[in-house]
Amino acid sequence: MKIVVFAENQNGNFKKSTFEAVAYAAGIASSTNGSVTAVSIGTISDDKLAELATYGADQILSYAQESLNTFTGEAYSQVLNHAVEVAGAELVVISNTYSGKMVAPRVAAKLKAGMASGVVSFPNTSNGFVVRRSVFSGKAFADVNMSSSKKVVAITPNSFTIAENAKAVNIQTADASIDAASVRTKSIEVSIASGKIPLTEAELVVSGGRGMKGPENWHLIETLADTLGAATACSKPVSDIHWRPHTEHVGQTGITIKPNLYIAIGISGAIQHLAGVSSSKVIVAINKDPEAPFFKAADYGIVGDAFEVLPMIIEAAKKLKSAS
Amino acid sequence: MKVLVCISNVPDTTTKVGFSDNNTKFNTQGVQFIINPYDELALTRALEITEKQGGTVTVVNVGLADTEPSIRKALAIGATDAVRINAEPVDAYFVAEQIANYAKNEGFDFILTGRESIDYNGGMVAGLLGEMLGMPSINVITSIEIENGIAHLERDIDGGREKLDCSLPFVAAAQKELTEPRIPNMRGIMAARTKPLKVVEPTGTEAPTKSISFELPAPKGACKLIDAANAGELISLLHNEAKVI
Repeated sequence: MKIVVFAENQNGNFKKSTFEAVAYAAGIASSTNGSVTAVSIGTISDDKLAELATYGADQILSYAQESLNTFTGEAYSQVLNHAVEVAGAELVVISNTYSGKMVAPRVAAKLKAGMASGVVSFPNTSNGFVVRRSVFSGKAFADVNMSSSKKVVAITPNSFTIAENAKAVNIQTADASIDAASVRTKSIEVSIASGKIPLTEAELVVSGGRGMKGPENWHLIETLADTLGAATACSKPVSDIHWRPHTEHVGQTGITIKPNLYIAIGISGAIQHLAGVSSSKVIVAINKDPEAPFFKAADYGIVGDAFEVLPMIIEAAKKLKSAS
Repeated sequence: MKVLVCISNVPDTTTKVGFSDNNTKFNTQGVQFIINPYDELALTRALEITEKQGGTVTVVNVGLADTEPSIRKALAIGATDAVRINAEPVDAYFVAEQIANYAKNEGFDFILTGRESIDYNGGMVAGLLGEMLGMPSINVITSIEIENGIAHLERDIDGGREKLDCSLPFVAAAQKELTEPRIPNMRGIMAARTKPLKVVEPTGTEAPTKSISFELPAPKGACKLIDAANAGELISLLHNEAKVI
Protein backbone atom coordinates (compact mmCIF):
# COMPACT_ATOMS: atom_id res chain seq x y z
CA MET A 1 0.00 0.00 0.00
CA LYS A 2 1.35 3.44 -0.95
CA ILE A 3 1.15 5.79 1.98
CA VAL A 4 1.55 9.55 2.42
CA VAL A 5 2.40 10.85 5.91
CA PHE A 6 2.09 14.45 7.01
CA ALA A 7 5.48 15.24 8.61
CA GLU A 8 4.47 18.20 10.74
CA ASN A 9 7.23 20.44 12.06
CA GLN A 10 7.24 23.14 14.68
CA ASN A 11 9.71 25.95 13.92
CA GLY A 12 11.90 23.73 11.77
CA ASN A 13 11.94 20.73 14.11
CA PHE A 14 9.92 17.58 13.67
CA LYS A 15 7.69 16.68 16.54
CA LYS A 16 7.76 13.37 18.34
CA SER A 17 4.24 12.77 17.03
CA THR A 18 5.60 13.09 13.48
CA PHE A 19 8.16 10.31 13.96
CA GLU A 20 5.40 8.23 15.50
CA ALA A 21 3.25 8.74 12.38
CA VAL A 22 6.15 7.92 10.03
CA ALA A 23 6.99 4.77 12.00
CA TYR A 24 3.29 3.79 11.97
CA ALA A 25 3.11 4.22 8.20
CA ALA A 26 6.34 2.26 7.77
CA GLY A 27 4.81 -0.56 9.79
CA ILE A 28 1.82 -0.72 7.43
CA ALA A 29 4.03 -0.40 4.36
CA SER A 30 6.21 -3.32 5.36
CA SER A 31 3.24 -5.63 5.92
CA THR A 32 1.51 -4.61 2.67
CA ASN A 33 4.55 -4.43 0.40
CA GLY A 34 4.11 -0.68 0.10
CA SER A 35 6.07 2.51 0.46
CA VAL A 36 6.03 5.64 2.60
CA THR A 37 6.22 9.21 1.31
CA ALA A 38 6.72 11.72 4.12
CA VAL A 39 5.49 15.21 3.28
CA SER A 40 7.21 18.16 4.93
CA ILE A 41 5.70 21.63 4.53
CA GLY A 42 7.62 24.88 5.09
CA THR A 43 11.32 25.70 5.33
CA ILE A 44 13.40 23.03 7.06
CA SER A 45 17.02 21.83 6.86
CA ASP A 46 18.05 18.71 4.93
CA ASP A 47 19.55 17.27 8.13
CA LYS A 48 16.15 17.44 9.75
CA LEU A 49 14.44 16.00 6.68
CA ALA A 50 16.84 13.07 6.75
CA GLU A 51 15.55 12.15 10.22
CA LEU A 52 12.33 11.03 8.55
CA ALA A 53 14.25 8.29 6.70
CA THR A 54 15.47 6.94 10.05
CA TYR A 55 11.90 6.02 10.95
CA GLY A 56 11.02 4.48 7.62
CA ALA A 57 10.26 7.13 4.99
CA ASP A 58 11.22 5.78 1.56
CA GLN A 59 10.76 9.18 0.00
CA ILE A 60 10.68 12.65 1.50
CA LEU A 61 8.77 15.33 -0.36
CA SER A 62 9.68 18.81 0.81
CA TYR A 63 7.38 21.71 0.01
CA ALA A 64 9.73 24.39 1.27
CA GLN A 65 8.13 27.53 -0.16
CA GLU A 66 8.40 30.36 2.28
CA SER A 67 4.72 31.17 1.86
CA LEU A 68 4.00 27.83 3.52
CA ASN A 69 5.91 28.58 6.71
CA THR A 70 2.68 29.67 8.36
CA PHE A 71 0.14 26.91 8.83
CA THR A 72 -3.29 27.28 7.29
CA GLY A 73 -5.74 24.42 6.92
CA GLU A 74 -6.61 25.55 3.40
CA ALA A 75 -3.03 25.61 1.98
CA TYR A 76 -1.69 22.60 3.88
CA SER A 77 -4.57 20.38 2.76
CA GLN A 78 -3.91 21.39 -0.86
CA VAL A 79 -0.23 20.49 -0.48
CA LEU A 80 -1.08 17.09 0.98
CA ASN A 81 -3.58 16.48 -1.78
CA HIS A 82 -0.86 17.27 -4.32
CA ALA A 83 1.51 14.85 -2.57
CA VAL A 84 -1.12 12.09 -2.64
CA GLU A 85 -1.36 12.53 -6.42
CA VAL A 86 2.41 12.60 -6.89
CA ALA A 87 2.89 9.48 -4.77
CA GLY A 88 -0.20 7.69 -6.09
CA ALA A 89 -1.12 7.02 -2.47
CA GLU A 90 -4.20 5.19 -1.22
CA LEU A 91 -3.67 5.96 2.45
CA VAL A 92 -2.87 9.21 4.26
CA VAL A 93 -1.53 9.03 7.82
CA ILE A 94 -1.71 12.11 10.04
CA SER A 95 -1.08 12.52 13.76
CA ASN A 96 -4.08 13.85 15.68
CA THR A 97 -2.33 17.06 16.80
CA TYR A 98 -4.25 20.35 16.69
CA SER A 99 -2.92 21.11 13.21
CA GLY A 100 -3.35 17.51 12.13
CA LYS A 101 -6.99 17.63 13.19
CA MET A 102 -7.50 20.75 11.12
CA VAL A 103 -5.95 19.42 7.96
CA ALA A 104 -6.92 15.72 7.94
CA PRO A 105 -10.68 16.05 7.30
CA ARG A 106 -10.06 18.58 4.52
CA VAL A 107 -7.76 16.08 2.82
CA ALA A 108 -10.40 13.38 3.27
CA ALA A 109 -13.08 15.54 1.67
CA LYS A 110 -10.81 16.42 -1.26
CA LEU A 111 -10.00 12.76 -1.88
CA LYS A 112 -13.59 11.61 -1.19
CA ALA A 113 -11.90 9.32 1.31
CA GLY A 114 -13.29 7.72 4.43
CA MET A 115 -11.56 8.92 7.54
CA ALA A 116 -10.97 7.57 11.03
CA SER A 117 -9.51 9.74 13.79
CA GLY A 118 -8.23 8.83 17.23
CA VAL A 119 -6.85 5.59 15.83
CA VAL A 120 -4.93 3.39 18.30
CA SER A 121 -4.17 0.26 16.24
CA PHE A 122 -2.53 -0.85 13.05
CA PRO A 123 -5.11 -1.70 10.39
CA ASN A 124 -6.31 -5.27 10.12
CA THR A 125 -6.41 -5.98 6.41
CA SER A 126 -7.41 -9.67 6.57
CA ASN A 127 -11.01 -8.77 5.74
CA GLY A 128 -11.34 -5.20 4.51
CA PHE A 129 -9.47 -2.42 6.27
CA VAL A 130 -10.33 -2.22 9.95
CA VAL A 131 -8.80 0.14 12.50
CA ARG A 132 -9.48 0.47 16.20
CA ARG A 133 -10.23 3.90 17.58
CA SER A 134 -11.18 5.11 21.02
CA VAL A 135 -14.75 6.30 21.42
CA PHE A 136 -16.97 7.63 24.22
CA SER A 137 -13.97 9.68 25.31
CA GLY A 138 -11.93 6.64 26.24
CA LYS A 139 -14.77 4.64 27.80
CA ALA A 140 -14.71 2.16 24.89
CA PHE A 141 -13.11 1.18 21.59
CA ALA A 142 -14.74 0.85 18.18
CA ASP A 143 -13.48 -1.20 15.26
CA VAL A 144 -14.12 0.78 12.11
CA ASN A 145 -14.22 -0.69 8.65
CA MET A 146 -13.10 1.73 5.96
CA SER A 147 -14.54 0.78 2.59
CA SER A 148 -13.58 3.75 0.37
CA SER A 149 -10.72 3.25 -2.08
CA LYS A 150 -8.74 6.11 -0.49
CA LYS A 151 -8.44 6.44 3.27
CA VAL A 152 -7.29 8.97 5.85
CA VAL A 153 -6.16 7.68 9.26
CA ALA A 154 -5.42 10.10 12.09
CA ILE A 155 -3.55 8.39 14.93
CA THR A 156 -3.65 9.32 18.60
CA PRO A 157 -0.28 10.65 19.83
CA ASN A 158 1.57 8.34 22.28
CA SER A 159 -0.20 5.24 20.97
CA PHE A 160 2.64 3.63 19.07
CA THR A 161 6.30 2.95 19.71
CA ILE A 162 8.65 4.95 17.51
CA ALA A 163 10.56 2.11 15.90
CA GLU A 164 13.66 2.88 13.87
CA ASN A 165 13.51 1.49 10.37
CA ALA A 166 16.29 3.24 8.49
CA LYS A 167 15.94 3.78 4.77
CA ALA A 168 18.23 5.47 2.27
CA VAL A 169 17.70 9.22 2.42
CA ASN A 170 15.72 10.30 -0.64
CA ILE A 171 14.71 13.94 -0.49
CA GLN A 172 12.84 15.62 -3.31
CA THR A 173 11.61 19.16 -3.44
CA ALA A 174 8.11 19.74 -4.70
CA ASP A 175 5.86 22.65 -5.44
CA ALA A 176 2.08 22.59 -5.27
CA SER A 177 0.21 25.41 -6.91
CA ILE A 178 -1.96 26.79 -4.14
CA ASP A 179 -5.25 28.45 -5.01
CA ALA A 180 -4.45 31.76 -3.31
CA ALA A 181 -8.09 32.88 -3.23
CA SER A 182 -9.02 29.84 -1.15
CA VAL A 183 -6.59 30.75 1.64
CA ARG A 184 -8.65 33.18 3.67
CA THR A 185 -7.36 32.56 7.20
CA LYS A 186 -4.56 34.83 8.21
CA SER A 187 -2.42 34.14 11.24
CA ILE A 188 -2.01 37.25 13.37
CA GLU A 189 -0.07 35.99 16.35
CA VAL A 190 1.19 32.69 17.69
CA SER A 191 2.03 32.31 21.35
CA ILE A 192 3.62 29.12 22.62
CA ALA A 193 4.10 28.60 26.32
CA SER A 194 7.85 28.08 26.46
CA GLY A 195 9.44 25.15 28.22
CA LYS A 196 6.10 23.40 28.59
CA ILE A 197 5.53 19.87 27.44
CA PRO A 198 2.31 19.65 25.39
CA LEU A 199 -0.15 17.58 27.38
CA THR A 200 -1.17 15.33 24.49
CA GLU A 201 2.44 14.34 23.84
CA ALA A 202 3.59 14.03 27.44
CA GLU A 203 4.73 10.62 28.64
CA LEU A 204 4.35 11.61 32.28
CA VAL A 205 1.52 13.73 33.66
CA VAL A 206 0.96 15.08 37.17
CA SER A 207 -2.61 16.24 37.72
CA GLY A 208 -4.39 18.04 40.54
CA GLY A 209 -8.02 18.29 41.61
CA ARG A 210 -10.09 20.24 44.08
CA GLY A 211 -8.28 18.42 46.87
CA MET A 212 -5.39 20.82 46.23
CA LYS A 213 -7.59 23.45 47.92
CA GLY A 214 -6.47 26.43 45.80
CA PRO A 215 -4.25 27.64 42.95
CA GLU A 216 -1.67 28.88 45.49
CA ASN A 217 -0.83 25.24 46.27
CA TRP A 218 -0.06 24.31 42.67
CA HIS A 219 3.66 24.77 43.22
CA LEU A 220 3.60 21.27 44.73
CA ILE A 221 2.14 19.81 41.51
CA GLU A 222 4.57 21.84 39.42
CA THR A 223 7.62 20.90 41.47
CA LEU A 224 6.81 17.21 41.21
CA ALA A 225 6.13 17.58 37.46
CA ASP A 226 9.36 19.49 36.86
CA THR A 227 11.38 16.97 38.85
CA LEU A 228 9.98 14.07 36.84
CA GLY A 229 9.94 15.93 33.51
CA ALA A 230 6.16 15.65 33.42
CA ALA A 231 3.39 17.88 32.09
CA THR A 232 0.76 19.27 34.46
CA ALA A 233 -2.98 18.70 34.16
CA CYS A 234 -6.11 19.24 36.20
CA SER A 235 -9.70 18.07 36.69
CA LYS A 236 -12.79 19.80 35.30
CA PRO A 237 -13.88 21.55 38.51
CA VAL A 238 -10.40 23.05 38.82
CA SER A 239 -10.51 24.55 35.33
CA ASP A 240 -14.18 25.59 35.78
CA ILE A 241 -13.29 27.70 38.82
CA HIS A 242 -10.25 29.06 36.94
CA TRP A 243 -7.58 27.73 39.28
CA ARG A 244 -5.90 26.40 36.14
CA PRO A 245 -6.35 27.11 32.39
CA HIS A 246 -8.85 24.97 30.48
CA THR A 247 -5.99 23.70 28.29
CA GLU A 248 -4.94 21.58 31.27
CA HIS A 249 -8.37 20.02 31.77
CA VAL A 250 -8.30 16.29 31.10
CA GLY A 251 -11.46 14.24 31.01
CA GLN A 252 -14.49 13.58 28.87
CA THR A 253 -15.12 17.23 27.97
CA GLY A 254 -11.45 18.14 28.11
CA ILE A 255 -8.43 16.46 26.61
CA THR A 256 -8.09 12.70 26.40
CA ILE A 257 -4.55 11.60 27.16
CA LYS A 258 -2.67 8.31 27.33
CA PRO A 259 0.69 8.90 28.98
CA ASN A 260 2.89 6.18 30.49
CA LEU A 261 2.25 7.59 33.93
CA TYR A 262 -0.68 9.60 35.26
CA ILE A 263 -0.51 10.81 38.86
CA ALA A 264 -3.85 12.13 40.13
CA ILE A 265 -3.69 14.16 43.31
CA GLY A 266 -6.85 15.22 45.12
CA ILE A 267 -9.07 14.05 42.27
CA SER A 268 -11.94 11.78 43.32
CA GLY A 269 -12.20 10.01 39.96
CA ALA A 270 -15.63 10.86 38.54
CA ILE A 271 -16.58 8.76 35.51
CA GLN A 272 -16.08 11.76 33.20
CA HIS A 273 -12.55 12.30 34.45
CA LEU A 274 -11.61 8.63 34.25
CA ALA A 275 -12.82 8.56 30.65
CA GLY A 276 -10.07 10.98 29.66
CA VAL A 277 -7.20 9.22 31.42
CA SER A 278 -8.09 5.53 31.70
CA SER A 279 -5.84 4.48 28.82
CA SER A 280 -2.77 5.71 30.69
CA LYS A 281 -0.31 2.85 31.18
CA VAL A 282 0.18 3.35 34.93
CA ILE A 283 -2.17 5.37 37.14
CA VAL A 284 -1.39 6.64 40.63
CA ALA A 285 -4.16 8.02 42.83
CA ILE A 286 -3.44 10.13 45.90
CA ASN A 287 -6.51 11.02 47.90
CA LYS A 288 -7.41 11.31 51.56
CA ASP A 289 -10.76 9.61 51.00
CA PRO A 290 -10.19 5.83 50.91
CA GLU A 291 -13.56 5.49 49.15
CA ALA A 292 -12.54 7.74 46.23
CA PRO A 293 -13.49 5.93 43.01
CA PHE A 294 -10.05 6.68 41.55
CA PHE A 295 -8.54 3.88 43.64
CA LYS A 296 -10.58 1.38 41.60
CA ALA A 297 -8.94 2.65 38.40
CA ALA A 298 -5.43 3.09 39.78
CA ASP A 299 -2.39 0.80 39.81
CA TYR A 300 -0.87 2.49 42.85
CA GLY A 301 -2.64 4.42 45.55
CA ILE A 302 -1.84 6.47 48.62
CA VAL A 303 -4.60 7.26 51.09
CA GLY A 304 -3.40 10.43 52.70
CA ASP A 305 -3.30 14.21 52.82
CA ALA A 306 -1.70 15.60 49.66
CA PHE A 307 0.06 18.32 51.65
CA GLU A 308 1.84 15.74 53.81
CA VAL A 309 2.41 13.13 51.14
CA LEU A 310 3.60 15.31 48.25
CA PRO A 311 6.72 16.74 49.92
CA MET A 312 7.88 13.17 50.65
CA ILE A 313 7.29 12.11 47.05
CA ILE A 314 9.04 15.20 45.70
CA GLU A 315 12.04 14.53 47.91
CA ALA A 316 12.25 10.90 46.78
CA ALA A 317 11.89 11.98 43.13
CA LYS A 318 14.70 14.53 43.52
CA LYS A 319 16.89 11.87 45.08
CA LEU A 320 16.20 9.46 42.22
CA LYS A 321 16.91 12.11 39.59
CA SER A 322 20.14 13.27 41.19
CA ALA A 323 21.31 9.65 41.45
CA SER A 324 20.72 8.97 37.76
CA MET B 1 -26.15 37.81 9.82
CA LYS B 2 -27.24 34.27 9.04
CA VAL B 3 -25.61 31.60 11.15
CA LEU B 4 -25.83 27.81 11.08
CA VAL B 5 -24.98 25.68 14.13
CA CYS B 6 -24.60 21.91 13.73
CA ILE B 7 -25.75 19.92 16.73
CA SER B 8 -25.32 16.31 17.62
CA ASN B 9 -27.47 14.25 19.98
CA VAL B 10 -25.21 12.40 22.44
CA PRO B 11 -25.47 10.32 25.62
CA ASP B 12 -25.17 12.31 28.84
CA THR B 13 -21.61 12.48 30.20
CA THR B 14 -22.51 10.34 33.22
CA THR B 15 -23.60 7.43 31.00
CA LYS B 16 -22.16 4.05 31.79
CA VAL B 17 -21.27 2.87 28.30
CA GLY B 18 -22.43 -0.58 27.22
CA PHE B 19 -23.19 -2.39 23.97
CA SER B 20 -25.85 -4.74 22.66
CA ASP B 21 -26.41 -7.09 19.70
CA ASN B 22 -23.14 -8.94 20.19
CA ASN B 23 -21.23 -5.68 20.80
CA THR B 24 -22.24 -4.15 17.50
CA LYS B 25 -24.56 -1.41 18.82
CA PHE B 26 -24.42 1.19 21.57
CA ASN B 27 -26.95 0.19 24.19
CA THR B 28 -29.31 3.15 24.52
CA GLN B 29 -31.48 1.55 27.19
CA GLY B 30 -31.94 3.94 30.09
CA VAL B 31 -29.55 6.45 28.53
CA GLN B 32 -30.37 10.14 28.73
CA PHE B 33 -29.49 12.08 25.57
CA ILE B 34 -28.35 15.69 25.49
CA ILE B 35 -27.07 18.28 23.02
CA ASN B 36 -23.36 17.64 22.60
CA PRO B 37 -21.78 20.05 25.14
CA TYR B 38 -19.39 21.66 22.61
CA ASP B 39 -22.25 22.17 20.16
CA GLU B 40 -24.20 23.88 22.91
CA LEU B 41 -21.31 26.31 23.41
CA ALA B 42 -21.25 26.95 19.65
CA LEU B 43 -24.98 27.66 19.74
CA THR B 44 -24.71 30.00 22.71
CA ARG B 45 -21.88 31.98 21.14
CA ALA B 46 -23.81 32.25 17.83
CA LEU B 47 -26.79 33.64 19.78
CA GLU B 48 -24.61 36.17 21.62
CA ILE B 49 -23.27 37.42 18.28
CA THR B 50 -26.65 37.66 16.52
CA GLU B 51 -28.33 39.24 19.55
CA LYS B 52 -25.75 42.02 19.44
CA GLN B 53 -25.42 42.43 15.69
CA GLY B 54 -28.77 41.16 14.41
CA GLY B 55 -29.47 37.99 12.49
CA THR B 56 -30.75 34.45 12.78
CA VAL B 57 -29.37 31.19 14.09
CA THR B 58 -30.50 27.95 12.46
CA VAL B 59 -29.62 24.63 14.07
CA VAL B 60 -29.19 21.53 11.95
CA ASN B 61 -29.03 17.93 13.10
CA VAL B 62 -28.59 14.73 11.15
CA GLY B 63 -30.66 12.17 12.98
CA LEU B 64 -33.89 10.23 13.25
CA ALA B 65 -37.01 11.53 15.01
CA ASP B 66 -35.65 10.53 18.46
CA THR B 67 -33.22 13.50 18.36
CA GLU B 68 -36.07 16.03 18.40
CA PRO B 69 -35.99 16.66 22.18
CA SER B 70 -32.41 17.92 21.79
CA ILE B 71 -33.43 20.04 18.79
CA ARG B 72 -36.34 21.52 20.80
CA LYS B 73 -33.91 22.30 23.60
CA ALA B 74 -31.69 24.19 21.12
CA LEU B 75 -34.77 26.17 20.08
CA ALA B 76 -35.56 26.82 23.75
CA ILE B 77 -32.04 28.14 24.31
CA GLY B 78 -32.78 30.63 21.55
CA ALA B 79 -32.20 29.28 18.02
CA THR B 80 -34.51 30.86 15.42
CA ASP B 81 -35.40 27.68 13.59
CA ALA B 82 -34.21 24.12 13.08
CA VAL B 83 -33.65 21.57 10.35
CA ARG B 84 -33.47 17.84 10.92
CA ILE B 85 -32.02 15.76 8.13
CA ASN B 86 -33.87 12.52 8.55
CA ALA B 87 -31.11 9.90 8.54
CA GLU B 88 -29.04 7.74 10.86
CA PRO B 89 -25.69 9.56 11.28
CA VAL B 90 -23.51 6.66 10.14
CA ASP B 91 -20.15 8.45 10.05
CA ALA B 92 -18.68 11.95 9.97
CA TYR B 93 -18.30 12.00 6.19
CA PHE B 94 -21.96 11.13 5.72
CA VAL B 95 -23.08 13.74 8.25
CA ALA B 96 -20.89 16.47 6.74
CA GLU B 97 -22.09 15.68 3.24
CA GLN B 98 -25.73 15.88 4.29
CA ILE B 99 -25.17 19.21 6.01
CA ALA B 100 -23.14 20.53 3.06
CA ASN B 101 -25.91 19.58 0.63
CA TYR B 102 -28.44 21.44 2.77
CA ALA B 103 -26.24 24.48 3.49
CA LYS B 104 -24.70 25.11 0.06
CA ASN B 105 -27.57 27.26 -1.24
CA GLU B 106 -28.63 28.84 2.04
CA GLY B 107 -26.06 31.65 2.14
CA PHE B 108 -24.92 31.27 5.74
CA ASP B 109 -22.37 33.87 6.87
CA PHE B 110 -20.67 31.34 9.07
CA ILE B 111 -21.19 27.84 10.42
CA LEU B 112 -20.26 26.60 13.89
CA THR B 113 -19.90 23.05 15.16
CA GLY B 114 -18.56 21.64 18.41
CA ARG B 115 -14.93 20.56 18.42
CA GLU B 116 -16.00 16.92 18.61
CA SER B 117 -18.98 14.90 19.77
CA ILE B 118 -18.45 13.28 23.14
CA ASP B 119 -19.69 9.90 21.86
CA TYR B 120 -17.69 9.16 18.71
CA ASN B 121 -15.01 11.85 19.29
CA GLY B 122 -14.30 12.20 15.57
CA GLY B 123 -13.71 15.95 15.45
CA MET B 124 -13.99 15.77 11.68
CA VAL B 125 -17.26 17.44 10.67
CA ALA B 126 -15.99 21.05 10.69
CA GLY B 127 -13.05 20.26 8.39
CA LEU B 128 -15.06 18.03 6.08
CA LEU B 129 -17.82 20.59 5.85
CA GLY B 130 -15.40 23.45 5.17
CA GLU B 131 -13.77 21.59 2.31
CA MET B 132 -17.10 20.43 0.87
CA LEU B 133 -18.44 23.99 0.88
CA GLY B 134 -15.15 25.55 -0.27
CA MET B 135 -14.75 27.53 2.94
CA PRO B 136 -11.92 27.76 5.46
CA SER B 137 -12.41 25.65 8.58
CA ILE B 138 -10.88 26.64 11.89
CA ASN B 139 -10.49 24.08 14.61
CA VAL B 140 -11.00 24.47 18.29
CA ILE B 141 -11.69 28.14 18.67
CA THR B 142 -11.79 29.69 22.12
CA SER B 143 -12.86 33.16 20.98
CA ILE B 144 -14.76 34.68 18.07
CA GLU B 145 -15.81 38.24 17.26
CA ILE B 146 -17.25 39.42 13.94
CA GLU B 147 -16.39 42.92 12.73
CA ASN B 148 -17.10 44.35 9.24
CA GLY B 149 -17.25 40.98 7.57
CA ILE B 150 -14.08 39.69 9.23
CA ALA B 151 -13.96 37.16 12.05
CA HIS B 152 -11.29 37.59 14.70
CA LEU B 153 -10.64 34.20 16.21
CA GLU B 154 -8.39 32.47 18.69
CA ARG B 155 -7.65 28.80 18.51
CA ASP B 156 -5.76 26.24 20.57
CA ILE B 157 -2.56 24.94 18.99
CA ASP B 158 -0.08 22.41 20.39
CA GLY B 159 1.37 24.05 23.48
CA GLY B 160 -0.20 27.45 22.91
CA ARG B 161 -2.66 29.75 21.18
CA GLU B 162 -3.01 31.35 17.76
CA LYS B 163 -4.86 34.56 16.91
CA LEU B 164 -6.16 34.63 13.37
CA ASP B 165 -8.51 36.52 11.07
CA CYS B 166 -10.82 35.05 8.48
CA SER B 167 -13.23 36.61 6.03
CA LEU B 168 -16.81 35.31 5.84
CA PRO B 169 -18.06 32.68 5.17
CA PHE B 170 -16.24 29.99 7.12
CA VAL B 171 -16.73 26.99 9.40
CA ALA B 172 -15.32 26.91 12.95
CA ALA B 173 -15.36 24.32 15.73
CA ALA B 174 -16.05 25.42 19.30
CA GLN B 175 -13.75 24.58 22.18
CA LYS B 176 -14.51 25.06 25.87
CA GLU B 177 -13.88 28.62 27.02
CA LEU B 178 -15.74 30.02 23.97
CA THR B 179 -18.59 30.99 26.28
CA GLU B 180 -20.72 29.66 29.14
CA PRO B 181 -23.75 27.49 28.31
CA ARG B 182 -27.22 28.99 28.80
CA ILE B 183 -30.05 27.37 30.66
CA PRO B 184 -33.31 27.80 28.76
CA ASN B 185 -35.93 29.82 30.61
CA MET B 186 -39.68 29.14 30.72
CA ARG B 187 -40.40 31.66 27.96
CA GLY B 188 -37.83 30.02 25.74
CA ILE B 189 -39.25 26.58 26.43
CA MET B 190 -42.79 27.77 25.58
CA ALA B 191 -41.58 29.54 22.41
CA ALA B 192 -39.64 26.48 21.28
CA ARG B 193 -42.87 24.49 20.90
CA THR B 194 -44.01 26.63 18.00
CA LYS B 195 -40.70 27.49 16.35
CA PRO B 196 -40.23 25.95 12.90
CA LEU B 197 -38.54 22.53 12.81
CA LYS B 198 -38.23 21.43 9.21
CA VAL B 199 -37.55 17.78 8.39
CA VAL B 200 -35.72 17.16 5.13
CA GLU B 201 -34.92 13.81 3.57
CA PRO B 202 -31.25 12.85 3.10
CA THR B 203 -29.59 12.89 -0.29
CA GLY B 204 -28.45 9.48 -1.45
CA THR B 205 -24.86 9.19 -0.40
CA GLU B 206 -23.07 6.28 1.14
CA ALA B 207 -20.95 6.43 4.29
CA PRO B 208 -17.34 5.42 3.57
CA THR B 209 -16.73 4.02 7.07
CA LYS B 210 -18.75 2.07 9.60
CA SER B 211 -18.20 1.06 13.23
CA ILE B 212 -18.60 -2.70 13.07
CA SER B 213 -17.98 -3.66 16.69
CA PHE B 214 -17.26 -2.20 20.10
CA GLU B 215 -15.27 -3.29 23.11
CA LEU B 216 -14.89 -2.03 26.65
CA PRO B 217 -11.36 -1.59 27.99
CA ALA B 218 -9.99 -4.49 30.05
CA PRO B 219 -10.66 -3.97 33.77
CA LYS B 220 -7.74 -2.83 35.92
CA GLY B 221 -6.09 -5.17 38.39
CA ALA B 222 -6.10 -4.38 42.11
CA CYS B 223 -4.64 -1.09 43.28
CA LYS B 224 -1.39 -1.44 45.26
CA LEU B 225 -1.64 0.77 48.34
CA ILE B 226 1.37 2.55 49.77
CA ASP B 227 1.44 3.72 53.38
CA ALA B 228 1.08 7.51 53.54
CA ALA B 229 3.82 7.71 56.19
CA ASN B 230 6.19 6.17 53.69
CA ALA B 231 4.95 7.95 50.56
CA GLY B 232 8.43 8.28 49.03
CA GLU B 233 8.23 4.54 48.38
CA LEU B 234 5.97 5.40 45.41
CA ILE B 235 8.94 6.75 43.46
CA SER B 236 10.99 3.57 43.80
CA LEU B 237 7.97 1.44 42.81
CA LEU B 238 7.43 3.60 39.72
CA HIS B 239 11.12 3.36 38.90
CA ASN B 240 11.88 -0.28 39.69
CA GLU B 241 8.57 -2.09 39.37
CA ALA B 242 6.42 -0.15 36.87
CA LYS B 243 9.53 1.21 35.11
CA VAL B 244 7.81 4.37 33.94
CA ILE B 245 10.22 6.91 35.44
